[in-house]
Amino acid sequence: MIDAFNIYDKMEKNNILLSFKGDITSELLTSILQIMENKMDNMQEEPKTKKKVYNVLVECLQNLYHHMDDATNENGEKNRSAIFMIAKNEGSYNIITGNYILNNNIFGLKSRLDEVNQLTKDQLKDYYKSVLNNGEMSLKGGGGLGMIDIARKTGEKLEYDFLEIDKKVSFFTLIIKVTQPQLI
Amino acid sequence: MEKYAIEGTPKTPTISFDIQAGVLEIKGRSIPENSIEFYKPLIDSLDKYSSASKPVTTVNIQLEYFNTSSSKCILDVFKKLESIHKGGSAVTINWHYEEDDEDMLEAGEDYQAIINVPFKMVQVAE
Repeated sequence: MIDAFNIYDKMEKNNILLSFKGDITSELLTSILQIMENKMDNMQEEPKTKKKVYNVLVECLQNLYHHMDDATNENGEKNRSAIFMIAKNEGSYNIITGNYILNNNIFGLKSRLDEVNQLTKDQLKDYYKSVLNNGEMSLKGGGGLGMIDIARKTGEKLEYDFLEIDKKVSFFTLIIKVTQPQLI
Repeated sequence: MEKYAIEGTPKTPTISFDIQAGVLEIKGRSIPENSIEFYKPLIDSLDKYSSASKPVTTVNIQLEYFNTSSSKCILDVFKKLESIHKGGSAVTINWHYEEDDEDMLEAGEDYQAIINVPFKMVQVAE
């Protein structure tokens, strides 16, 4: 039997505001954004924080939407399911996403994340502008700007992990921290 | 076609393009998953406008949120406006941002640095 309390307790201890596991659809994203907006309104969150969290949420969720690989594992089972969670901690929000990725695609993604993580604020601004102006728009729409934008808006490093599941797929976890501005 | 107008949705902005007056307005949120599809009709109507542009073209952008997928399309809109500007219509882009929204102001400045059209940064109350 599923131990619901165990899941509940873990979520409670990690201050999870919202969590979802399943297929990521356009309608789902609309609903989640609406729910989070209402929650932040109810918590009387600062407009500045609200905007940052919302912006980062949009990019994270749309990353999941666009990049969920049809990750077929070594047994030929497809998994289009992903997880995401939003946690509210003291002074910050954490947005956590997790999805399967083909092992072949890890190298490219990891290099992009590492590249973004080593840039300073000014370098990120220049990099963003150059990708915006010169980069090719991918058919999926992102064009590689999402991660740069997230790093720029949060001013935080992108925390990630690749957990190898089998010879074909891994589970990719991304943790984005949005720090609330200090109130004076 | 004298007017191009579409109503906003939770994910897409309200767009009104008054071709007779030479006024284009984009307001609201632009966070669709597929921005290329959404912006294509506007790009097409700017193409048509460029052959018969007014002496003055005023552009008002007042976005609350936009995603990175829209940011490329917005750049394409601005590039069309840049060529309309070069073609002899005096284009001004009024970039509105809410007080305290430094990210939106910076986004406007990014475009200003890329596009050769006069920009005005307009602060609005929250």
